[in-house]
Amino acid sequence: MDIRKVKKLIELLQESGIAELEITEGEDSVRIRRYPAAALSAPAALAPETVQAQPSATAAVASAPAVETGTGGHNVTAPMVGTFYDSPAPGAKPFVQIGSSVSEGDVLCIIEAMKMMNQIEADVSGTIVSVLVESGDPVEFGQPLFIIE
Amino acid sequence: MLDKIVIANRGEIALRILRACRELNIKTVAVHSTADATQKHVLLADESVCIGPPQSIDSYLNMPAIISAAEVTDSMAIHPGYGFLSENADFAERVEDSGFVFIGPRGETIRRMGDKVSAIKAMREAGVPCVPGSDGPLGDDAEENLRIGREVGYPVIIKASGGGGGRGMRVVHTEGALLNSIALTRAEAKATFDNDVVYLEKYLQHPRHIEFQVLADHHGNAIHLGERDCSMQRRHQKVIEEAPAPGISEKQRTEMGRVCVDACKAMGYRSAGTFEFLFENEQFYFIEMNTRIQVEHPVTEMITGVDIVRAQLEIAAGEKLKFSQQDIRISGHAIECRINAEDPKNFTPSPGPVRLWHAPGGPGIRVDSHLYSGYEVPPFYDSMIGKIIAHGADRSTAIARMRNALNEIVIEGIRTNIALHQEITNHGAFQAGGTDIHYLEKRLGL
Repeated sequence: MDIRKVKKLIELLQESGIAELEITEGEDSVRIRRYPAAALSAPAALAPETVQAQPSATAAVASAPAVETGTGGHNVTAPMVGTFYDSPAPGAKPFVQIGSSVSEGDVLCIIEAMKMMNQIEADVSGTIVSVLVESGDPVEFGQPLFIIE
Repeated sequence: MLDKIVIANRGEIALRILRACRELNIKTVAVHSTADATQKHVLLADESVCIGPPQSIDSYLNMPAIISAAEVTDSMAIHPGYGFLSENADFAERVEDSGFVFIGPRGETIRRMGDKVSAIKAMREAGVPCVPGSDGPLGDDAEENLRIGREVGYPVIIKASGGGGGRGMRVVHTEGALLNSIALTRAEAKATFDNDVVYLEKYLQHPRHIEFQVLADHHGNAIHLGERDCSMQRRHQKVIEEAPAPGISEKQRTEMGRVCVDACKAMGYRSAGTFEFLFENEQFYFIEMNTRIQVEHPVTEMITGVDIVRAQLEIAAGEKLKFSQQDIRISGHAIECRINAEDPKNFTPSPGPVRLWHAPGGPGIRVDSHLYSGYEVPPFYDSMIGKIIAHGADRSTAIARMRNALNEIVIEGIRTNIALHQEITNHGAFQAGGTDIHYLEKRLGL
């Protein structure tokens, strides 16, 4: 696909309220997703997770999911409002996943607020037993993100 | 019309804003602290976002958290209510820079009116009468300051330019105390507002507090909605407000109203605002302007029929004012009692669970409160839990209806100042009308 065409699509996305754009032309397709650094994904190797378009009436509501933390389970909660990302860049490996061993101070995720990427660190050491949100989800203050045992 | 807005406030005003949004089919996002998750407007809103812990500094005063909440919910605008960030020019600008509509005046207007010295200067230039005084900041020249004091005539009051709303002030009765008072007020102002600029005004002994409500759109149109009398105060906090002001003639209203409207147009004012005056010996003296919706807006709504919060939303959406000055008619009289969760005698705050809430009713009674049976009043915020507003064809009917309402209302589980309101509305002086701003404190022996 012509790079100029792709550039035009990126501009279109940036100027509009669209969160994600996918165009298919014959054999070629391109998907452009609204992250602060607008990502251009190669046709075949697209990151499979769906982008949360707009939070529905219930999605952003305060109630924390009822999760059994089990003995010794520690909730890592969001210290700010923003958008949760599980990896340093779209398509990159997540910082942690279920089973990952973490030490206090390790970066677990990013919360993006007002165009700034904030690294969220583990406040305890242990093993990730649960990831409670998906990359791209809006999160509020105090919302549980991970359970570490 | 705006699609979705963030209500960046709490308590009764957040509920008020939500109701106006509902009327206009604007979707609502309630941002709240962890202590406020069970507030009535949070439960009613289309979406809610927890923005921080109970402390205001980390939640309702947390600019990035509020703007971030607007981002993740894809809101169009932010209504700041009153207090908190509503008169923070930086916030207004950051909101707009982030691509949202700030429901209020422009940041530069807020900044100009927030600095009391520059606000007075702007008003003088616009031909608005001000309290005689230093006409600008006080310098460090002791001789000059003594001269100003002599010229203005004692008693005088030293005020902090960064203050307002009754804060950062000191009365000086004799020349001997002037220089010390200036130094003290400067030091306090530096500590409280990080701004040690002070100015001097003649201290009026028996003024009434009379303020004018204005509305202006983004197209250069501005109108006034008449005046309110807010003289019933304790420690510079309003306790009872009413509209219209007893004893003010149509001629005075028209003249001062026009002065305020002209000032609005001169400064390119937008949205709702209030010009505050001290009124003594039939003279109006400008003291400050509030560039936001005010607590006591309902009394003006009741006598004019204009929904001021709805007008703010319409103005922010770019619409022209629906009313011209000729359309505004004063009808009847309205009184508002601020209900606080506090001890009626010693005024200590009284947070806690509201075991039973029973609202008054009947003709001419309006209740603006976020309370409900089972609601827990948190200890972290100011103590106002609601307002009762009574409207009648004349002042005595409004008073009678208010007294009925104060007898009917039930709030069990916390202490409130209802007994204080019952007492005040029984005073002969209140019933006669026209009491000055020192009346209540003198009467209560404070």
